[in-house]
Amino acid sequence: MRSVAKKAYIVLILLLLYAPIITLVTLSFNASKTRAKWGGFTLKWYGSMFRNDAIMHALYTTLVLAILSALIATLIGTAAAIAMNTMKARFRMYFTAVTNIPMLNADIVTGISLMLLFLAFDAAFGFRTVLLAHITFNIPYVILSVLPKLKQTNRSVYEAALDLGATPVYAFYKVILPDIMPGIISGFFLSFTMSLDDFIITHFSKGPGLDTLSTKIYTEVKKGIKPEMYALSTLMFATVLILVIVVNYIPDADASKKQRSGKIIKE
Amino acid sequence: MRMGKGMKKSIWMAAMLVALILTGCGKAASSGEEVVVYNWGEYIDPDVLSDFETETGIHVVYDEFETNEIMYPKVESGASAYDVICPSDYMIEKMIANDLLQEIKWENIPNVSNIDPQYMNESEQFDPGNKYSIPYCWGTVGILYNRTMVTGPIDSWSVLWDEQYKDNILMQDSVRDAFMVPLKWKGRSLNTMDQAELEEARDLLIEQKPLVQAYVVDQVRDKMIGNEAALGVIYSGEAIYTQRENPNLEYVIPKEGSNIWIDSWVIPKNAEHVANAEKFIDYMCRADVALKNFEYITYATPNKAARELIEDADIRNSEIAFPDLSKCPDLEAYLYLGEEGDALYNELWKEVKSK
Amino acid sequence: MKNKKDLLSLPYFIWSAGFIIIPLCMIFFYGFTDRDLHFTFANIASITETENIKALLISILLALIATLICILLAYPLAMIIAGSKLKDSGFMIFVFILPMWMNFLLRTLAWQTLLEKNGVINTILSKLNLPALSIINTPYAIVLGMVYNFLPFMILPIYNALIKIDPNVINAARDLGANSLQTFLYVIFPLSIPGLISGITMVSVPALTTFVISDMLGGGKILLIGNVIEQEFKQANNWHVGSGLSIVLMLFILLAMGLTAKYDKEGGNYF
Repeated sequence: MRSVAKKAYIVLILLLLYAPIITLVTLSFNASKTRAKWGGFTLKWYGSMFRNDAIMHALYTTLVLAILSALIATLIGTAAAIAMNTMKARFRMYFTAVTNIPMLNADIVTGISLMLLFLAFDAAFGFRTVLLAHITFNIPYVILSVLPKLKQTNRSVYEAALDLGATPVYAFYKVILPDIMPGIISGFFLSFTMSLDDFIITHFSKGPGLDTLSTKIYTEVKKGIKPEMYALSTLMFATVLILVIVVNYIPDADASKKQRSGKIIKE
Repeated sequence: MRMGKGMKKSIWMAAMLVALILTGCGKAASSGEEVVVYNWGEYIDPDVLSDFETETGIHVVYDEFETNEIMYPKVESGASAYDVICPSDYMIEKMIANDLLQEIKWENIPNVSNIDPQYMNESEQFDPGNKYSIPYCWGTVGILYNRTMVTGPIDSWSVLWDEQYKDNILMQDSVRDAFMVPLKWKGRSLNTMDQAELEEARDLLIEQKPLVQAYVVDQVRDKMIGNEAALGVIYSGEAIYTQRENPNLEYVIPKEGSNIWIDSWVIPKNAEHVANAEKFIDYMCRADVALKNFEYITYATPNKAARELIEDADIRNSEIAFPDLSKCPDLEAYLYLGEEGDALYNELWKEVKSK
Repeated sequence: MKNKKDLLSLPYFIWSAGFIIIPLCMIFFYGFTDRDLHFTFANIASITETENIKALLISILLALIATLICILLAYPLAMIIAGSKLKDSGFMIFVFILPMWMNFLLRTLAWQTLLEKNGVINTILSKLNLPALSIINTPYAIVLGMVYNFLPFMILPIYNALIKIDPNVINAARDLGANSLQTFLYVIFPLSIPGLISGITMVSVPALTTFVISDMLGGGKILLIGNVIEQEFKQANNWHVGSGLSIVLMLFILLAMGLTAKYDKEGGNYF
């Protein structure tokens, strides 16, 4: 009985979360150009999407931006988190405060303040400025993902490794890094997602001719979304879904090894 | 988290994807000749841009904005040097006032002769002497109504205060367009700076608020097509499209008068490719190009040569797309009211919105 | 710096100075000056105008309600998933995060299609001869939009806090004779508070500052403080007042965070 109730609860929340997704997927098959009317089933938007240079270009920009900004943010953020973990309280306070600022500010404030900065330094608005902006708002997500994992790591294992003659770098790679890897990875993916979804900050730091999917969608919200956008979103969503399922369910060659290391991390 | 382990693989996949993207599609080298265009979203036929590129060899760097107000700070700050921009009337006046535009050399734009002189006349309201701007699209603001959902004739702004349409009215969510409605209804100028007139308008808007289903911008279109509301304040350019999708919809310019708006091409002071900007504007004024754009965006073109090329006589002679300006009731363009005027309107609008 | 490890923070130190601190100073600069760049408190003081204070209060109210609903929905869910014998609870949690991969604007727009008078939900309801649901363009729709968009931010940290609880602690409580309720109240819940706190922050802050959701689902009839700030920047083109109000909002959030922070003993975030 209780497990039935639990399942029903999960299904209910899933329904809430996926109702709009289903709507969007359905709209991508809508032959009518307006979202207000069902004009019959079609696959034509999936074809015309690939022929639409503007959309394809925006997709390319979005992906490169998301991956690059997430990677760089992961590097800087992880390094900072490792340092923060053992840092003197005084320094740590500065970093904690700084990390919280972009998360507390309304996006529009962050966006405008970055625009003011780029203006003051006369930077050419374009891909580079957007990349800088995205890295900036991504770093906190990495730090906030990695820091808790670092707190859980057992320092004595690391110190034991040093006692046994490992160099600090070697000990770090062998002991600490595997422990905090899940944090690093979820920081990376969180950054990636945030970058993918961001509109406001991108808008204020971008230059002419540069469009991400979000900025493109925003100009379209006012004029009516092009059905190709629904098609593209559906495709991206499906890709991620399949990727996640594959990564989770395909058994790989070194499964046994993985399980062992997995256990260590769990404990 | 167990999935973390599996994700290690996906990080490698991601890294490979980056490598692939970065090597695979190196940026196409530009030939050097380019023109940077800043236009409204969805306000041009994409084919026109690529045709222009093949014909002239000039690469178009194209950027879009959603409102005049979003466009303005980007141009004013000089954050990006645009060559051609397409602002609306009052914004052009503001940009002229703040010395952001340069005079257009008419001799370099021969196709301007295609533009109907009556629109050049209208433009004088905000650009005296037609020095800075060349009309691209124009239209009116009126009421779009659903024939099956209204009773009696719809010909006055007063229906927007009619109790029977409670929750069936869509208003425009922008300061000037919202205030235009009560101002025009009561026979005022839509550029009034008279405190009493504006406060009257504000009170009318507050009185109307319970009847309003939503304040939206261009979503009036989708909502009217979907029979969500009986009445909506909308730009005439959307009327043709919405009627095509939902034949029950009718567009009317209320008898008390309304707003006439013109979006025009301008060249900012800090443009880096003025000669290319002129070529671009000239191209846009060509009859066949203007026609192509009209068919794509359905906003009325001031290009009379293009209008003559429209095959469908119903549309060519449509009273909605091309109302006879001489017969039309009191149509006014928005003028720039100065910083104080802007602040006053915004303040009153905020009072309406927060009620 | 004595510790060599501290040097690892150098890139972030430089980065944060350049891209966080300096821009923040610029906001403060604008917030405390007028158009002629003279020092003034007027921008900050404008929060006391009736419309602005009203917008702030409504924002706080809606954000609080949305946060509360998020907690009520997310906590049991996180417990079910964390407690499930499923070896894939990580995967399960991913299923709840996955919707975030659809663009935020599109997802919110989809709610319009769902909730409208002739929208999907009402079409289904009328087929079933049930009364129509008319919450679109009301505060209810805004709250729904907030809950929908920010729920994953609540689920994730609570879940992460729950799975970290050592099963031995729970077993010990059981051995000592605690029943399920007692175990929950005295063991599980206190240990999950840091996650809960970070969930509250992650939900309430964006809910407090949003303007897109109120625009799209509130029909533009309800003015939130986010809308006010957005309009100052975008429509009124008054960056000074916009910055001033942002500073107020920022201080307000910091204050609220400071109040909750004392429960957050670990000081860590659970992402």
